[in-house]
Amino acid sequence: MLFTSYEFLGFLFVLFLLYYSIPKKYQWICLLCASYLFYACSGVKYLLYIMITTGSTYLICRRMEEIQEEQEYYIRINKQRMTREERKAYKAAMKKRQRKWLLFGLIFNFSILAVCKYANFAISNINSILRLIKSHSSLPFLSIALPLGISYYTFQMMGYTIDIYRGKYPAERHLGKLALFASFFPQLLQGPISRFDDLSKTMFSEHSFDRKRVSFGLQRILWGFFKKLVIADRILPAVTTIIRDPQTYQGCYVFVGMLFYALELYADFTGGIDMVIGIAEVLGIRVKENFERPYFSKSIKEYWNRWHISLGAWFTDYIFYPVSVSQPMLKLSKFSRSHFGEAIGKRIPVYLSTILVWLVTGIWHGAAWNFVVWGLMNCLVLLVSQELQPCYRWFHRIFHLEGNWGFRLFQVIRTVLLMSSIRMFDCYRDVPTTFRMFFNMLTHYNAGELVNGGLLKLGISAADYGILLIGTGLLLGVSLAGRKGSVREKIAQKPAAVRFLIWYGLFLSVLVFGAYGEGYDASQFIYNQF
Amino acid sequence: MIKGNKQKKNKKIVGGISANIVTNIVVGIGVVLIIGSLSFLQRLFMPKYMGKVVEGALIAEYYQETTKHDVIFIGDCEVYENFSPITLWENYGITSYIRGSAQQLIWQSYYLLEETLQYEKPDVIVFNVLAMQYNEPQKEAYNRMTLDGMRWSLSKVKSIQESMLEEESFLEYLFPLLRYHSRWSELTKEDWKYLWKKDTISHNGYYMRVDVKGAAGVPPAKKLANYEFGERAYFYLDKIRLLCEKNGIALILVKAPSIYPHWYEEWDLQMEEYAKQYGLAYFNFLELFEETGVDLSVDTYDGGLHLNLSGAEKLSKYFGEILSEEYGILDHRGEAKYDRVWEQKIAFYYAEKEKQLADREWRSREDVRVQKEQ
Amino acid sequence: METLIEILQELHPEVDFRTCHTLVEDKIIDSFDIVSLVAEIHSEFDVVIPPEEIIPENFNSAEALYRLIQRLEEED
Repeated sequence: MLFTSYEFLGFLFVLFLLYYSIPKKYQWICLLCASYLFYACSGVKYLLYIMITTGSTYLICRRMEEIQEEQEYYIRINKQRMTREERKAYKAAMKKRQRKWLLFGLIFNFSILAVCKYANFAISNINSILRLIKSHSSLPFLSIALPLGISYYTFQMMGYTIDIYRGKYPAERHLGKLALFASFFPQLLQGPISRFDDLSKTMFSEHSFDRKRVSFGLQRILWGFFKKLVIADRILPAVTTIIRDPQTYQGCYVFVGMLFYALELYADFTGGIDMVIGIAEVLGIRVKENFERPYFSKSIKEYWNRWHISLGAWFTDYIFYPVSVSQPMLKLSKFSRSHFGEAIGKRIPVYLSTILVWLVTGIWHGAAWNFVVWGLMNCLVLLVSQELQPCYRWFHRIFHLEGNWGFRLFQVIRTVLLMSSIRMFDCYRDVPTTFRMFFNMLTHYNAGELVNGGLLKLGISAADYGILLIGTGLLLGVSLAGRKGSVREKIAQKPAAVRFLIWYGLFLSVLVFGAYGEGYDASQFIYNQF
Repeated sequence: MIKGNKQKKNKKIVGGISANIVTNIVVGIGVVLIIGSLSFLQRLFMPKYMGKVVEGALIAEYYQETTKHDVIFIGDCEVYENFSPITLWENYGITSYIRGSAQQLIWQSYYLLEETLQYEKPDVIVFNVLAMQYNEPQKEAYNRMTLDGMRWSLSKVKSIQESMLEEESFLEYLFPLLRYHSRWSELTKEDWKYLWKKDTISHNGYYMRVDVKGAAGVPPAKKLANYEFGERAYFYLDKIRLLCEKNGIALILVKAPSIYPHWYEEWDLQMEEYAKQYGLAYFNFLELFEETGVDLSVDTYDGGLHLNLSGAEKLSKYFGEILSEEYGILDHRGEAKYDRVWEQKIAFYYAEKEKQLADREWRSREDVRVQKEQ
Repeated sequence: METLIEILQELHPEVDFRTCHTLVEDKIIDSFDIVSLVAEIHSEFDVVIPPEEIIPENFNSAEALYRLIQRLEEED
């Protein structure tokens, strides 16, 4: 079920009615049923995957907790008899037992993900190597369809497992509740990747119908629809026209395609997340924000703190820190400090972990070399700008531009352009094409063609451009207004007639100007199936 | 002190009630605004079928009828372009109406018949059998032209459900705005002009054309893998037959004298068989050119697909005789109630004919002029 | 404590670590800084900060970080 299908709207409507008419203590069960129903719509057999991940995570986490309890009990009983060293040794042994379970859980579940998502990528690479060494044998591809949202729920559940191992909070005792955490339907398609301690605060409690909260949720959903249908899906034909045919669309078309894609991706992804958060809000569940006006970032680093926040945070907490502060890394750091000097020694753990994180981030986005290169490019830019820090400081000491309005604008535009050009890797067919098109964009001057009607041949009409212009203006306006507190809160303080005009106007514009229905492919969310 | 309190309380209640009324009024205004604006937009965005493609306007015109009809035609373009109810009236006093639309599928014809019977009970139903060739829904645009014009009824709901292609949604029939919203960038003067009132296009369902383009060089018939009509087609043919039986209506099967799409021998045999089995009349006008006098070198406007006015009039004269002689359809001429109505229809008919003839004249003169200039 | 402040000052000379209590929340120190800190602390205090202790509460101020170091030293 796509978010933008009539079926989904009907599904939501029925769910909302049910949710608030049944006894409150059953609300979370109602949600679990709805989530499994939603999941089953993508294929009943896929339910098995999410059930296996949920079940195994549940058992492993309970087991780890039992070991913890056993340890606490044993130490309490034998407190007097044990020496400090004995206690330490005992604790270490118990931690080792826990670690075994953790590793088992991680390997087991990530293997499922790997087989489903990356097996064919691996096979195609092995085959290319086989061809290189002139071998005539090749491996057949597997025909495994990707279970809906497998990356999202696997990451969520593995985060939970690691948290339990670290003793951050107690393991969930109710299998059903954990199942709801894994399968909560709004999040399945495109995240965000929630944390259990965060989501469980509101997910399992009883919610009474709060008019303000529900209407705020509905408003957020509507705004998501606006971004998705009026902007993203309307500009999509132009984006696909340009990137599908790099032979025809060269030079400044590449540039236009790059900018259009930036707009499309932003509207699509943040619109989708608006719907997710809005739906959860109607249900009384608080899902954390996943974006913080990312295109206003002044550097790539800041951008990645504000775009798809939950994914970045996941990688930071569960890969970057554990790797960079691990014993071997610390030893390596110490070793290189004494051999290569302070400066290099200090950088080694950070650099190695950063490269690792971006490799994984790239692979996470898609099973293709494009994404690997995309991740490494991000990494490169981040590390280079890190190295340039002293230069920046020197620059600012001399010119005093920090805080200057024009300079900030320059930084924002620079970041958007830089990000967009890195993103070309996820547009074009393969890595060589991307590099070719990137240099083509810089060297092939054909701006005249663009102005002489070229823009109108990309699959969208002048009227479409009009709508896009107004829609993007609105998007920008709301973003700017959002810097100083909630826009919905501000609107809520206006008189009823004004509120009615604003929200009904927005509804009508989605209804009329939305690119949906016959003649339009309700394009799948770009972040689907990740 | 106590009294004062009570009074205060009363006031509060009164205030509460009036506040309540105000809220209700405000909410009421909001609801009216929403419904009003949505239905306005829907009206605006729905295609008007008044310019070049008029076939979409045919179905809805039936509801303007004020008098009853003894004969109802159901079917696709082979009825609404080939039979002229005005000719039937002028020559035999037969009151008739054509409920046909472009590529009208057999179940759509059935449900239109079902709906028609809610309004009146004719003596004869004439069904054109070309639609037997389709066992599945074909094209969204034709579905729309047939279904959007129908008034809401259970028949319409069922017809929609039977006709929908996979990518279609019932909701878009219920609220056509969802289907046509993307016309916001294509709105023309026509959409505003016909927002509230449309012109009448048809003459009791007949779509008049006076131009001539004789039949020549019809593409050869393609070989088919299977000549057997589909199960669903037969299912609905049975339903049509049974519905007529139940209501004491005579059913006549016809095949109009259109030479394209090709009417296969094998198809014809099946229809003959069917008619024989259930004692129905079946007229294949493709075999009756001599009797009807239809001459496809002058009586068609598009090379033999559809008849033009002269062809339709010839065919109707022939068929009207059968209807009145063999089926005893009454001559209503002289009945004041009918005369009044049909007088207007006849006037409209000839006015339209004049207009089209003048148009044709002008166009052929224009052609000559252009040729000369060249 | 003084050693810790020195380490911090080296990273960000412009910040007053004695008074600031929102180092992480206000994004004054980022993940790179945190990793450098953990490495420095490891070599200066011989204390390993495990990843589960890398949470904003422990890194928001020099004081909190110092308390963490003491706690880890004790546990050792």
